[in-house]
Amino acid sequence: MTGPKIIFFILATAIVVFSILSIFSRRILRAAIYLLFVLVALAGLYYMMNFQFLAAVQLMLYAGGIVVLIIFSILLTSQIDSKLEAPKGSHILSGAITAMAGIGLAVTTLLNFKFNTSPEAAIGTDMRTIGRQLMDTGAHGYALPFEVISILLLAALVGSIYIARKSRT
Amino acid sequence: MNLQAEIPLDYMIVLGTIVFFVGLMGVLIRRNLITMLMGIELMLNAVNINFVAFNHYLFPNRLEGHFFALIVMAIAAAEAAIAIALIINIYRQFNTVSVDDVDELKY
Amino acid sequence: MSYSYTLLILLLPVLMFLFIGLTGNKMKPEVSGILGTTGLFIITLLSYFTAFYYFGHRSGESFQTIEAYNFLWLQFTGTLIINIGILLDPLSVMMLVVITTVSLMVHIYSLGYMKGEKGFARYYAFLSLFTFSMLGLVLATNIFQMYIFWELVGVSSYLLIGFYYERPTAVAAAKKAFIVTRFADLGFLIGILLLSFYTNTFNFIALTDLNGLAIAQPTTAVFMGLSVTTWAMLLIFMGGAGKSAMFPLHIWLPDAMEGPTPVSALIHAATMVVAGVYLVARLFPVYSFTAPESLEIIAYIGSFTSLFAAVIACTQLDIKRVLAFSTLSQIGYMMVALGVSGYGAEGLGYMASLFHLFTHAFFKALLFLGAGSVIHAVHSNLMTDMGGLRKYMPITHITFLIACLTIAGIPPLSGFFSKDEILVAAFEHNKIIFAVQWIVAGITAFYMFRLYFNIFWNRTPEYHHAPHESPVTMTIPLIILAAASIFAGFVPFHDLVTSDGNPLHTEFHAFIAVPSIAIAVVGIILAAMLYYRKNSKPETIAKTLKGLYALAFHKFYIDEVYLFITHKVIFNFISRPVAWFDRHIVDGTMNLIGNATVSASGSIKKMQSGQVQWYIWYFTSGVLLLVFLILYLTY
Repeated sequence: MTGPKIIFFILATAIVVFSILSIFSRRILRAAIYLLFVLVALAGLYYMMNFQFLAAVQLMLYAGGIVVLIIFSILLTSQIDSKLEAPKGSHILSGAITAMAGIGLAVTTLLNFKFNTSPEAAIGTDMRTIGRQLMDTGAHGYALPFEVISILLLAALVGSIYIARKSRT
Repeated sequence: MNLQAEIPLDYMIVLGTIVFFVGLMGVLIRRNLITMLMGIELMLNAVNINFVAFNHYLFPNRLEGHFFALIVMAIAAAEAAIAIALIINIYRQFNTVSVDDVDELKY
Repeated sequence: MSYSYTLLILLLPVLMFLFIGLTGNKMKPEVSGILGTTGLFIITLLSYFTAFYYFGHRSGESFQTIEAYNFLWLQFTGTLIINIGILLDPLSVMMLVVITTVSLMVHIYSLGYMKGEKGFARYYAFLSLFTFSMLGLVLATNIFQMYIFWELVGVSSYLLIGFYYERPTAVAAAKKAFIVTRFADLGFLIGILLLSFYTNTFNFIALTDLNGLAIAQPTTAVFMGLSVTTWAMLLIFMGGAGKSAMFPLHIWLPDAMEGPTPVSALIHAATMVVAGVYLVARLFPVYSFTAPESLEIIAYIGSFTSLFAAVIACTQLDIKRVLAFSTLSQIGYMMVALGVSGYGAEGLGYMASLFHLFTHAFFKALLFLGAGSVIHAVHSNLMTDMGGLRKYMPITHITFLIACLTIAGIPPLSGFFSKDEILVAAFEHNKIIFAVQWIVAGITAFYMFRLYFNIFWNRTPEYHHAPHESPVTMTIPLIILAAASIFAGFVPFHDLVTSDGNPLHTEFHAFIAVPSIAIAVVGIILAAMLYYRKNSKPETIAKTLKGLYALAFHKFYIDEVYLFITHKVIFNFISRPVAWFDRHIVDGTMNLIGNATVSASGSIKKMQSGQVQWYIWYFTSGVLLLVFLILYLTY
């Protein structure tokens, strides 16, 4: 058992366990915190795969942004100490069946597929390369999606403000 | 660090699949809108695991999966912002965040 | 000289109809009346001119048959061709004179009679339409054109009977007339198709050609013991019987008296109702040579109708209904004459029938117009409301008396001549029919003078306001028609209108003329005894003949029989099942589809619960199922 493998299994176990805890926890604030753990563990996984930038973004955006947002909304809408009511049996049954069937279907399908790994040398994933490709307008350049995403974010910003504000009446 | 030799791609795919369906189950069984939103976040992250893993294992000479994961994160952020705005608005209207009580739009 | 101007005879009335019908509301009522009358006056002059010219220019002994026009109108196949045109022969020219004369009289008369009525312009438009249709009918070159105009005549009759459409009885009468004649016309149409199928032609000239296919080589096909030609001719006669109100299709005519009286005079006495006679006369060679059995049947039906109607006429109180039944009776005479007639030199009955048609048109129109004049003065149709009117209405009185004498057959008035010829023809052919017609002649005299004495003599009831003579527009037609009734008998008819176009030799038979005059006089005297003064004798007789009187008074319950057949039999055994089938099977299928859709949507609408998570569940399950199917079941 080598080091990377041990780290991977620790991270994978954390991800699976905390995600399950997150959806079954009856205290909503705890669920949010479990989600945070899942996201942080994922950032570790990215770091393992040599995507340092993506891991940093994952930490900043998810752990720093979205989870905080979710916690804010929990605080705005719920009592902290109140437990959520337990999900109904029929719901758990139907959801579990669907999820199990999905896992079975997807895993068997994927494991039966023979993936071809590329023989070519790995490209560097330093900030310089990422930044150049993100702003590049040529082949493998991401200037257009980048701009589109910025417009989407602007629209989401305006839209969420409009939706969430108190109506004048 | 030669990850390919240590950990096969299948491990990553199975992990992503499990996280995705756990997230889906969360969406299906929880009545609270905020926990449903958390389930959706889990699903998005599962997708990201796949993108990143495929990029790293299959096309190490490119960065497509990496950028796709970035875009998914940006969209997840936008989605979370809108969803939370909606949840807050629903809470104002119905004084609850349970989807069972928000069923005006039916037959 | 060509007869191309005869097209005007047809075109003018239809133009008049369109013009008055479309602009009638814009002009003063009097203007439309005068316009219609002027138009008809021109048509009448043209007809007279045609008649004088046609009868004045015979080629040798016989008259030519002239097709003045014959347009190709519809061509379905190489042999099925329908033309429209104008046919001139002695029969149609004679009808032209009758129709235009009576129609002109009615037009003038209506100027006074209909004055101030609502829909005056509409009335004149319909009169023009009727005149057009009737002229088109008699001038038809082929049997299909005749059928078209035959239906047009039916429509204008319907419109004019229902002229007072605010009166429910008038509406019912119009419907009844239309439905009964339409039912008869179904037979007519089938007859036309049968006849034309075996002869390959609609054209009258080809049909009545003695060497033509129809007569020289009649089909040998036989159906139920009678030849197909006989069936065809009987079916065609059924159409004629419907229009001419022969028993048992007569029920519409008495009710048709709901229309304005001048209309009754024109349509339901003088012109349209004799269309059946005209039809048989038009196809007479076919009847005579290929279907003599059907002529026998026609004779018996005519004879029975004339007796039957005459008996009913004796009991009716409504003066227009008396005249209606009298019309039935007289048309029965004409049918009898046609039925007993032979062809060519034997064609006395044919000539007598059309002669009677000719004279009857005048005196019956006169009777109706006289009755209209009386009704105009008294404002009632019932003879119990009348009496002693001779002092108030001298012109009407004298002309009515002339008409009554004419129909009774008193020489030298025209009715005597034509009726005498019919009796001679009947005597030569069939003694039983002769006896019946002879008795009917007496009954005719009786009921006409019953009518006459009840109106103009008898006791004078209390009138609300003193009746006065009708205006001059009404009395002039009366006088003209009275003159026509007197002198029409002197027209040398046997020279002009005969079955084969050659002059017919006739002689005076004193052994028939004298008894017929005698029975007419007996009838008149009987009527005078009973009705000259108010007395109780009529009631006494009615009481002694209680059953018979009630039977005749209720028109032998024929209407009730019809009602029974239609309501109890047809409605119950045909219409109800058909309606049931429509309501339950046809509608039921549609309702089933609709209900199935509604209930299906009702049962699945629960899925539309508003619970977002169930939607997600349906969606993801569906996606998984689809993925499974695509991945593992398509290979």
